[in-house]
Amino acid sequence: MTIRYKTIKEIKNMISHKEISNKELVQEVYKLINENSHLNAFITLNEDSSLKKAENFDNNPSDSSLAGIPIAQKDLFCTKNLRTTCGSKILDNFIPPYSATVIDNLEKAGCISIGKTNMDEFAMGSSNETSYFGNVHNPWGENLVPGGSSGGSASAIAAGIVPAASGTDTGGSIRQPASLCGITGLKPTYGRVSRWGMIAFASSLDQAGPMARTAEDCALLLNEMCSHDIKDTTSLDENIPNFEDDLNQSLKGKKIGVVKDLDLASLDNNVVEVYENSLKEFVSLGAELVDISLPNLSLSVPTYYVVAPAECSSNLSRFDGVKFGRRSQNPKDLEELYIQTRSEGFGDEVKRRILIGSYVLSAGYYDAYYKKAQQVRRLIKKDFDEAFSDVDVIMTPTTRGAAFEMGSKGSDPIQMYLEDLFTISANLAGLPAMSLPNGNIDNKPIGLQIIGNFLDESSILNFAHMYQTKTNWHMLTPEGVTK
Amino acid sequence: MTWETVIGLEIHAQLSTKSKLFSGGSTEFGAESNTHVDLIDMGLPGVLPVANKEAFYKAIRFGLATGAEINQVSSFDRKNYFYPDLPKGYQITQMTKPIIEKGSIKIFADDSEKVINITRAHLEEDAGKSIHDLFEGETGVDLNRAGTPLLEIVSEPEISNAKEAVAYFKAVRQLVTFLDICDGNMAQGSMRCDVNVSIKKSGDKELGTRAELKNINSFKFIEKAINYEIDRQIRVIESGDSVVQETRLYDSEKNETRSMRSKEEANDYRYFPCPDLLPVVISDKELQEIKESLPELPEEKEHRYISDIGLDESEAKIISSSKTMANMFEEASTKTNDVKLVAKWLVGDVSALLNKDNIDIEESNLSPENFGKLIERISDTTISGKIAKSVLEEVWESGSDVDEIVETKGLVQIQDESILVEIAKKVVESNPDQVTAYKGGKDKLFGFFVGQVMKETQGKANPKSVNKILKKILN
Repeated sequence: MTIRYKTIKEIKNMISHKEISNKELVQEVYKLINENSHLNAFITLNEDSSLKKAENFDNNPSDSSLAGIPIAQKDLFCTKNLRTTCGSKILDNFIPPYSATVIDNLEKAGCISIGKTNMDEFAMGSSNETSYFGNVHNPWGENLVPGGSSGGSASAIAAGIVPAASGTDTGGSIRQPASLCGITGLKPTYGRVSRWGMIAFASSLDQAGPMARTAEDCALLLNEMCSHDIKDTTSLDENIPNFEDDLNQSLKGKKIGVVKDLDLASLDNNVVEVYENSLKEFVSLGAELVDISLPNLSLSVPTYYVVAPAECSSNLSRFDGVKFGRRSQNPKDLEELYIQTRSEGFGDEVKRRILIGSYVLSAGYYDAYYKKAQQVRRLIKKDFDEAFSDVDVIMTPTTRGAAFEMGSKGSDPIQMYLEDLFTISANLAGLPAMSLPNGNIDNKPIGLQIIGNFLDESSILNFAHMYQTKTNWHMLTPEGVTK
Repeated sequence: MTWETVIGLEIHAQLSTKSKLFSGGSTEFGAESNTHVDLIDMGLPGVLPVANKEAFYKAIRFGLATGAEINQVSSFDRKNYFYPDLPKGYQITQMTKPIIEKGSIKIFADDSEKVINITRAHLEEDAGKSIHDLFEGETGVDLNRAGTPLLEIVSEPEISNAKEAVAYFKAVRQLVTFLDICDGNMAQGSMRCDVNVSIKKSGDKELGTRAELKNINSFKFIEKAINYEIDRQIRVIESGDSVVQETRLYDSEKNETRSMRSKEEANDYRYFPCPDLLPVVISDKELQEIKESLPELPEEKEHRYISDIGLDESEAKIISSSKTMANMFEEASTKTNDVKLVAKWLVGDVSALLNKDNIDIEESNLSPENFGKLIERISDTTISGKIAKSVLEEVWESGSDVDEIVETKGLVQIQDESILVEIAKKVVESNPDQVTAYKGGKDKLFGFFVGQVMKETQGKANPKSVNKILKKILN
């Protein structure tokens, strides 16, 4: 029996039918990690502790919802006594004395945190090429990027090493790698999942979410990840539904918003075709297509690239070599301690964003950039509010194309930033959004994005699950179709 | 040429909450370095601040007591700069929407009353402390203070001289201690201030260029630093130069101010709304509860002491000048029917001792309970006024209990008149010359006999009784 390419649902069955012991399961995960070490999906492994937990489940079977499920954790979540680097040299020696709420929640539900996945440094990147710990490879092809920033998590799932992983999404960091790796990933409503213990990139946009093979698994994970956390004042004190319950609702009469303002002409013909085919599939499931307008959508990328760097320039100030993390050797004075520590510790993309952020917040420029960006952000949110008065969900392609080659967008940051063209607006508006596989271009997967109304993850999961009962794009693996 | 001085003060008052502004860390003073620091105070990656409502309630008490506008929705901003004792690389403060705006406070300086307007009072977190003298060639950082809540009280530039500045600081200090929101302890840094000073030609409307004086933590230094700075600015202008906008550090040892950094070198703090904290909302009910819990304020006390108790204006002013003094008065007043006696002791002997030592009543060894006992013992004639004076002096030195001193030293007044009669007779018998002289018309010698009796009784005789007895014997 192998757990390779299996879903959480399937592994739960294997455990309950004693087809595999918890220990064998975890041992296989580490075997798969070793066999796929060329993917460079993991930064730090948690083998001893994971095996112990698995043995414990074998000795004392648990009825927790995710008991024994191996999960890979993005290395952006603080994990108590387990190194947490955020993909950066500046934290390459950082061992947190506490765990993120998301980690605690998942572990309480029985998940076994197998290890910490590689990522773009401080989650800044769309190709996983900015990690201090090296590029992550996409299992779908040699030299293909997995997307980013949650590239390690996406790659590990796509390679069938683990059924699930945590990710975080500030401008598309769950959805874009999900699209490029052919898996399913959800960014919940801002505030659904506590940010306590998530190393902040852009606090008003960051949100953790599940990554898995299916929408159903995402629902299982989301059930456990969400909580109202008094340690995070932006965490929402709202009713948390059982996301599994509404997966099988009929789509008959439900309305899908199709954005008129999308410049589909600029996209690869194949992307458009894949996108339109999935819309047809939803129509065959009973849903209706409704044209909607999001007039300020084209402003989302520039708006994002003011707001996110501004917040990051401040959030990353604490990495100064004084209290934790890396400190440069033998600085001659305080000024040099700061300059050397940060020059050596941060990579180019992080430095670029700190510079942009410091600039847009500086005296004399604040009104023209930061303040204006916040105003546009409100307009974008208003566009969505109006659109959702007519429709249940909104659909767009997740990305402009399938996975690209490493180094192909390295010289032009703007080209890289445009990777997140379709995903960024959901972060700016605080709305939940998912990417799920809906096609293949030259044997490379690509995803469909479903954006939901505020707090309405259930509708997204329902649409995605119904689609996955009718199609098998989500079951494709780099080795062909499983089962 | 005559010059006018324009001064504005920024007072930082440490709010006496149990825990810090954004964490559960303790705010207690004097603990071992870095022991009152939690994950949030350290600014570890991934931690988030949660605002402490108690700090808001305390700030609102100040706002209500100064007749200010209370912003029931206020928000936090980040002030970004690098310093080793600033763990996050930014300070969370209230820039755009402070909790308090537009208050005022009355001050008395040079025998006249003046109202100083308060522009705003906002909440912010304190930084830690850099320790430069403990490790050779290295700087230590103590984060115990990091995250402690401060109320920064910003005055309008309406203060005209150093004396007024001191009077203003004293008035604010008196108020925050009465309101029980800050312990007012300047030696421990619970209150500190920055002073903005500029000068202009008399009658000019436009303000001159100001210098900001930092690091001032006593009344004496406020006055000295301002006076030095005024002289310096006049010298600069009269020699044909102009004052530059800058931050200056006051050096109390040399009594001078020195340039720290010019406007050009000043940090660009890159303020922006703190995305980790939602605006804090104070409900009408919370506001009402705070209003109802406000204590009697100094000015109200002063009026009540005059109109209800019948104290003189000057007595009432001195007694209501500090919370401890007022407490002493009110506590001791319950121990006697003679309230004027209590006032007399506070304004007289106690104030004299304070002046002699140049300290505030809070810094003395005299507690309200002990003072109450002293008054009680005078009032019930256990001890004479003269003995009471020496008891007070002893309490002042040692802080010992009044009753204990009276008992162990045997200072109880002699109540038995027959004993006094015996002693008086003996004094008269052993001084025949003086008796003859007295009877010959030297009335002043009566005091000599009284003195001798007091000496024999070691002051424990009631002077009134002694007078009575001696008159009987001698006449």
